[in-house]
Amino acid sequence: MISDAAIWTVVVGLAVATYAIRISFLGLLAGRELPAGVMRALALVPVTVLPALVAPMVFEFSAPDGLDPAKIAASAAALGLGLATRNVLAAMAGGIAGYVLVALAL
Amino acid sequence: MDGTATLPARTAARRGLRRGLVATLPLLLGVAPFGMVFGVIARETGLDLVQTMVMTVTVIAGAAQIASLQLLSDGAPALVAVFAGAVVNLRMAMYSASLAVWWTEVPMRVRAIAAAVLHDQSFALSVRAYRENPAMPTAERVGFYAGVGLLTASTWTVATLVGATVGGRLLAEIDLGFIVPVTFLAVVAPMMRDRVSALAAAVAAVLGLAFAPLPYGLGLLLATAGGIAVGLAAGRGTGGE
Repeated sequence: MISDAAIWTVVVGLAVATYAIRISFLGLLAGRELPAGVMRALALVPVTVLPALVAPMVFEFSAPDGLDPAKIAASAAALGLGLATRNVLAAMAGGIAGYVLVALAL
Repeated sequence: MDGTATLPARTAARRGLRRGLVATLPLLLGVAPFGMVFGVIARETGLDLVQTMVMTVTVIAGAAQIASLQLLSDGAPALVAVFAGAVVNLRMAMYSASLAVWWTEVPMRVRAIAAAVLHDQSFALSVRAYRENPAMPTAERVGFYAGVGLLTASTWTVATLVGATVGGRLLAEIDLGFIVPVTFLAVVAPMMRDRVSALAAAVAAVLGLAFAPLPYGLGLLLATAGGIAVGLAAGRGTGGE
């Protein structure tokens, strides 16, 4: 059970931090240009932070029941369809379908 | 644009708003299910309806919202969860900088309000429209952005509400442990447009796995930094993306 205080800290903290990031170059930092290297690094943030988060969730070696083949299949389907179609919705549908198929087969 | 909106400015703003709304329609197919997934995950994590809705309305960034709740439910301290969510949203600094180039004549109070709905869709559609029509008046630029921002944010909010209220009952029988990685992969895979970003993503995933035993947040930070460093080095080696 997560405490109410922790939840509100996350809700308010993330809202404030996100607004600060959003207003940054439109507001306080307006007129300043980001160096090209920083822009390139920021462009790589989503494609690195999300895989770094996901990998330990998919390959959860410490899980009591060991690796979950259905979860791995679902993730592979979402990744493959996302790469092939460039469509978020298709990738999500494929991932869910992959999970259901493997879970039923086992 | 001066303080008193002249008639042509108002017409331009309205035209922009209409175009922004129309341009957004196809994207709602992606926004709505994602919002419902967040609603379900938030309630499963232990947020009540008020907390879920306050978060979804003030943050409006699905991946960050889910990432921070995931860390929280794994037992990470609240501030670490906030930090992880903020890292996911750092890309918006880039959006902010890109938009500012087109908004030099937009007053600060308009920017302060507009920033609240700056996210992937409002940035991408707006900058694309501005580039296609560089002569677009400032009022129409702001109108277009407002159309995208308002429609995506309101769809996002309603979808979260649906997920948070009836979604859990529909999905009660299913173990939802797989939905978070599937959601993240579905968001990130279409972004891997070139070899540099695919390489950076692969390095970050391997490092994320290797550093998983480290305390919360630290492994994520190191893995992200490692992926970015390899991506930047590879980008230099091939002369850009």
